[in-house]
Amino acid sequence: MKVMVAMSGGVDSSVAAALLVEQGHEVVGVTMRLWGGESDTGCCSVSDVDDARRVAQQLGIDHLVFNFTEDFNTHVVDPYVQAHVDGITPNPCIECNRHVKFARLSERATLLGFDAVATGHHARATESGRGLELERGADRDKDQSYVVHMIDQTELQRTMFPVGAMTKPEVRAHAARLGLRTATKPDSQDVCFITSTGGRTTFLGDRIPFRRGRVVDSAGTTVATVPAVEMITLGQRRGIGLPGGGPKQFVVDIDMSSATITVGTDADLYVAGHIVHEMTWIHDAATVAEIPTVLVQCSAHGAPQPATVTIGTDGRTAHVRWIDPQRRIAPGQSVVLYDPSDRFVLGGGIAGAPLT
Amino acid sequence: MVLSINTLTYLDHAATTPMRPEAVEAMLPFLSERFANPSGSHRFARSVRQVVDEARDVVADALGCTPGEIVFTGCGTESDNAAIAGTQQRHGGIGVCPAVEHHAVLHATLHGGGRVVAVDSAARVDLTALATTLDDIAAIGQTVSIVSVMAVNNEVGSITSLADVAAVVHRHAPSALLHTDAVQAPCWIDLRTITPHVDLLALSAHKFGGPKGVGVLMARQGTVLEPLLQGGGQERDRRSGTHNVAGIVAMSEALRLTDIERVADNLRIESLRNHLVDTVLAELDDVIETVARDSKVVGSAHICIADIESEALLYLLDEGGICASAASACAAGAMEPSHVLAAMGVDRRYSPGALRMTLGTTTTEDDIDRTIDVLVAAVRRLRTPRAAHVSTADPTGASA
Repeated sequence: MKVMVAMSGGVDSSVAAALLVEQGHEVVGVTMRLWGGESDTGCCSVSDVDDARRVAQQLGIDHLVFNFTEDFNTHVVDPYVQAHVDGITPNPCIECNRHVKFARLSERATLLGFDAVATGHHARATESGRGLELERGADRDKDQSYVVHMIDQTELQRTMFPVGAMTKPEVRAHAARLGLRTATKPDSQDVCFITSTGGRTTFLGDRIPFRRGRVVDSAGTTVATVPAVEMITLGQRRGIGLPGGGPKQFVVDIDMSSATITVGTDADLYVAGHIVHEMTWIHDAATVAEIPTVLVQCSAHGAPQPATVTIGTDGRTAHVRWIDPQRRIAPGQSVVLYDPSDRFVLGGGIAGAPLT
Repeated sequence: MVLSINTLTYLDHAATTPMRPEAVEAMLPFLSERFANPSGSHRFARSVRQVVDEARDVVADALGCTPGEIVFTGCGTESDNAAIAGTQQRHGGIGVCPAVEHHAVLHATLHGGGRVVAVDSAARVDLTALATTLDDIAAIGQTVSIVSVMAVNNEVGSITSLADVAAVVHRHAPSALLHTDAVQAPCWIDLRTITPHVDLLALSAHKFGGPKGVGVLMARQGTVLEPLLQGGGQERDRRSGTHNVAGIVAMSEALRLTDIERVADNLRIESLRNHLVDTVLAELDDVIETVARDSKVVGSAHICIADIESEALLYLLDEGGICASAASACAAGAMEPSHVLAAMGVDRRYSPGALRMTLGTTTTEDDIDRTIDVLVAAVRRLRTPRAAHVSTADPTGASA
């Protein structure tokens, strides 16, 4: 097959490219230029492109750089900024996968005659009786099925996750065996357009006016103020201007219109369930609706919790009801449904209002 | 397989053009037995110094200036920076340049707090806007110390009359120096028609059959610049650093031959360029020639193709063995949206599909025929509706 492999300059995509070459595929490496601004981390810096290119050269494959900065700004950065204005906690890496990697890049690959796009994600596309399943990566600690959950069946059919069946140590060992320069490169952890020196505060502060927020207790009494209500996330405990000592206080509600942050106890955060919007499905909503209890994961490495799911008639909205009450999910976070065996992604969407 | 001009169709001569064999020949002794440093005091050094002096005479002749006005530099970018930053550091004031300049001029001008001027739809500086800008700057009590206007645009090939620019500068900013980035000019225009109108002029050897890593700054007699580099005071204190003797010799030989063969080369290349563009325009709908042919150099075939993206087209051309380009690339190697097309106001339906094909002395009829075949097929393929394609950007694939 003719495979385009997305090479970020990290060890996982380096080994993904190497494995595809070993399997005899015709492979072309592509590094996406996504963020045009300042960066010191993630998949965008020039030194990461250098690493990707040097690995491609070592593997004897062609390497290209595609400029998707405009798409990235439109679909990832601008919505990220707007979300903070709206009091929402977005996951930009997931939106990048949704709009850039598994849309823009994949579309480009098809246009140029490629049969598949490969990435270095720790996830698996596994054959089942009804097509392909999106399965968790073999390395449970590094599993990335959560961040690629939005992939649909058509897209999954032409996507390859070459390192999904390996553990991270196996990936590094393979890279070391081949002498790839990325073998010991640390994993990227952070959002690529947020610098480690400036952080989220500088990035957002350069783009939106911060509004002072009033912190109130459950009785509505002002107990503190914060310099930027836009920087506050539901469930947050530190950085809300409360003195130490006393019982632990958490952000339990944010009202952006009045810039008011309500704090309460941990128990105040627990809810019966959530509305989840913009649902996508690996197969379809109908088969998921028949499963009595699914497992639901609400962060990249969070523990999945059992829940029942009711799906709206258009398949775009789901009501997730926890078997046992769970902490409220910050709106904007991705909510991903797994099958009862906790192996396969069923679908996922964006957290909305809590259910009582 | 080592890729070379023998195995590929090379239509990227504005990026760099192959060295003339005579230039390669000319430089070899100075990479081996004639290695002396021309600034030395012994006879070995003096013999090499003579070669550098003779090269300077040849370059001065091709430019129509005196040998003392020629400064050898390390590249075109250095020459542009030496002119712009060197003027500002010595004389103060700010720079002014049109928005379509090469980044070597644009970034150097902006770095010094300079101003950018609009261009017309053919990427030539808008003379009225230039006059207004110069007046405006004077009106707020600032001084323009240098105006920089390129002779030939590197992306779209348009030619600017430096005589016209000089008239405006002399009237509206009489104390300013006029600099031209003439890096793209030598193959197409007799430099003697440009030099008299300017105070400073930049060239780069590898654009006209010389080697990479050597350039020229013509600095009119009496023009005093602050040098970029402090050191041994070579080039009459204007550019310190040991002479790149082999490069200088090869550059002078390439420029001498370019100057002699220009008229004949232009006739031949113009007919190849016209055949290429005429055929592509006839074969494909919705393609525009970015700049009219009478406004640009004959080696330039710049077109904009509606409904496709340059990056995808360049991939298919590359796959077909055609070397072409779109705009400049960033440090990471990605194509950047063209600041030139944006400044010209090219329709957003066309500008993403920009394609720069640039011809040179080695271009053959075969090259043109092969390019037409590959290009036409590639554009048709990119424009074919892709029924099989479903994008996950549209999450309505969900079914209830």
